[in-house]
Amino acid sequence: MFARSIRPAALTLTAVLALAACGGDSDSTSTTPAPSPDSTSSETSEPSPAADPCAEASGSVTVYSGRSEALVADLYTQFTTDTGVTVEVRYGDSGELAGQILTEGSSSPADVFFSQDAGALGAVAQAGLFTTLAESTLDRIPVEFRSQDDLWIGTSGRVRVLVYNPTLVDTPPTTIDELLDPSWKGRIGFAPTNASWQSFVTALRVIRGDDAARQWLEAFAANTPVPFEKNAALRDGVNDGQVAIGLTNHYYLYEKIAAEGADTVVAQNQYLAPGDVGGLINVAGVGVIGNTDNAPGAQCLVSYLAGDVAQEYFATRSFEYPLARGTSADEVLPEIESLDPPVLDLSDLSSIAETQELLADVGLLTL
Amino acid sequence: MIRAPRRTALPATLLIPAVLAGLASLAPLAYLIDVALNRGLVYVWDEIWRERTLRLVARSLALAAAVTAVSVLIAVPSAWVVTRTTLRGRHIWRVVLALPLAIPSYLAAFAWVSWRPTLAGFWGAFLVLTIASYPYVFLPATAAFSRLDPALDELATIHHRGGVVRLIMFSAQQARGSIAAGALLVALYVLSDFGAVATMRFDAFTWVIYGAYRAGFNPSRAAVLALILVILAVILIVSEAAVRGRAVATMTSRSMHRPLRIRLGSSEIIFHLVLSAIVAVALAFPIWRVLVWVTRYGSDQSFTDVAIALWGSVRYSLMAALVTVLVALPIGILAGKYRSAMSSAIAGSTYVTHALPGIVVAISMVFIGVRLLPSWYLEAPLLVLAYVVLFLPVAVSGIRSIVSQIPPQLDDVARSLGSSPLQTVRRVSLPLILPGIAASTALVLLAAMKELPVTMLLRPTGTETLATRLWTQTTVSDYAAAGPYALALIIFVALPTALATIRS
Repeated sequence: MFARSIRPAALTLTAVLALAACGGDSDSTSTTPAPSPDSTSSETSEPSPAADPCAEASGSVTVYSGRSEALVADLYTQFTTDTGVTVEVRYGDSGELAGQILTEGSSSPADVFFSQDAGALGAVAQAGLFTTLAESTLDRIPVEFRSQDDLWIGTSGRVRVLVYNPTLVDTPPTTIDELLDPSWKGRIGFAPTNASWQSFVTALRVIRGDDAARQWLEAFAANTPVPFEKNAALRDGVNDGQVAIGLTNHYYLYEKIAAEGADTVVAQNQYLAPGDVGGLINVAGVGVIGNTDNAPGAQCLVSYLAGDVAQEYFATRSFEYPLARGTSADEVLPEIESLDPPVLDLSDLSSIAETQELLADVGLLTL
Repeated sequence: MIRAPRRTALPATLLIPAVLAGLASLAPLAYLIDVALNRGLVYVWDEIWRERTLRLVARSLALAAAVTAVSVLIAVPSAWVVTRTTLRGRHIWRVVLALPLAIPSYLAAFAWVSWRPTLAGFWGAFLVLTIASYPYVFLPATAAFSRLDPALDELATIHHRGGVVRLIMFSAQQARGSIAAGALLVALYVLSDFGAVATMRFDAFTWVIYGAYRAGFNPSRAAVLALILVILAVILIVSEAAVRGRAVATMTSRSMHRPLRIRLGSSEIIFHLVLSAIVAVALAFPIWRVLVWVTRYGSDQSFTDVAIALWGSVRYSLMAALVTVLVALPIGILAGKYRSAMSSAIAGSTYVTHALPGIVVAISMVFIGVRLLPSWYLEAPLLVLAYVVLFLPVAVSGIRSIVSQIPPQLDDVARSLGSSPLQTVRRVSLPLILPGIAASTALVLLAAMKELPVTMLLRPTGTETLATRLWTQTTVSDYAAAGPYALALIIFVALPTALATIRS
């Protein structure tokens, strides 16, 4: 079933890329990209130059990319082909690159920061180092998946899920509170240093308050959860039966299925009950650095990442949820509308330091 | 008899560049103090005495002590047996035993932990750091042993009537300056290494500091921890100076002759077995794992990608090695030749940064570079400067120990025959220390090619090196993609190690 589903997705991507290339060819006098946000948006049929962030864009843009080269290098190349704006990329870990931007302060050579998670974006925003994004770009992304101050947008979504091994678990829990039952003692895996796990704990703090979050974490720690280095190792640990269930992101399972085939992968995803904190949707996202010396180029790249080509790219390459209006996820995933995640301002996920202190206090992290 | 020259004023030609280099080494420290004090002295004081900070200190020191002790136990007998005996194949052993230096700690750690995940933690970190860092004792020990006056061995043989252990102890006694310097490097290496403890999930200083800098965005705590690390380093440096003591200069004109070698007899087979075991664990195992990755998973990395990354590694590391040794020369000569508070302070200042984890030096250089040297920032010069700061102690240590073995009388003779001080350096001192310089250059080159955090943060945007490529792939456990870079790193770092060891 899975093998059937990936093929149309790949075909769609090829089609979109081909369309984009055609668009570029037919419009040879200017560097306007074919899939600019406005070309698909319903309210404006004739985009004015001011509304298209790529109309004036040229030159080179320096991107600090927390998203890996394996995932996004082709997309940057396509961007240059479509817009004529060249990209200089600095790949690294999102948290580390955010640290670098914060340390560089107002002299940062970066024009754009493309982050793996909202927490790092929030930290850069809080330091006042982002500038406001173009309105047409912001309009593409639903308000719950972007900065309330218009400083960054989410470009793709990852859902927190419980990955479980059906041979060890009959009916997986659908709320995080069920995991506190003593029957789960020693059977739960988690990735204590992973940013997504820590973002979940931050969400827990934000939604339930620090005291209730501490209570939950203490009870969780009392169940002696098994630490894993990374989400991929956690997923494998669940699949191999080392632990029965794990807190992780939805796409790790699909990546394994894509690599090894649906027949060999035992583990399954359990999405959480409506509104449960455990079902947080976190985003990878992007913002423009305030002191950029190529604002048009930087705004153009961000709008491109919210555009159809990039959105399709994320949906098919990484099994993430595209976030722009009118896009849909790979068909192996449940539709995003069906998920009903907890209500949360993603900018609030930036208080990672407090989260880490709390985790250290309850013994789930060594600081 | 003539001891006056040692007490005279230090020559300005050496002093000025040495002071400048020492100051550059201290720049990251100034940044750390500034950041730590951002939140006030009370914060700093509280942070130091928190229970989890004290536990962190204990954990890290325990690791450093264990690794250093075992490294010396491995390195000194190995160095002795390949330089002072008739052991068959000693020239090959000498090369092979130095090669683990070429294996980056994160690569070795990944090889072990991916094979046996249960190794994670203290013992995994201990294992990997020991095999990665014992060459820091082995190399200076072999250099010193091969220059020992053979008459001393004859003397020892006569007085102690054989006994391999006693002979080793006796030689070690003579070379204790070099061994202590090497042991210091090992201890400092353990405290500042990032890759091994990160991969082994052992919460040592660097891993925790990295966490605080990274997504935690708590630079003040990270700076406080880094400063504690510096204090530990200073304590180490002071105690090393005490061990070094008044080491006797044992290098005479006879040292230039082929030394008399001891016949091992029946114990030779035991040495072969022990050396084989060391090489199997330190060298053969990680190489075998890399070959497994490459052959089992195949590779989708194009040859061009690997070649480009290799060129990135070689280019920056070579620049770094040349500049570092150039800067280290005056410091090493000053520290080895002129014993004074000033020269010790300068040499010591370069050691301090060696205790700073690369990640902290990197972030300091980001902060300093982007503000003071914006045109160098994320360009080759700043990267090279950071390497110099990071690896100066490696070069200084090598040059200083070789310089200190030159009897001061040689200089006095040259001077009395009419040579100027500079001529003396050029015609007498330099030829004698040339092997030391070559060895130091090689060490820095290799260290820079392996280096990760500084390369990661300061490499020119858009360029990659073997180290950054390998790290990126290992962090996502992509063995297939990691294989070729790991292999290239082993080949192109191991090869120069072999050459450097053969030549020196």
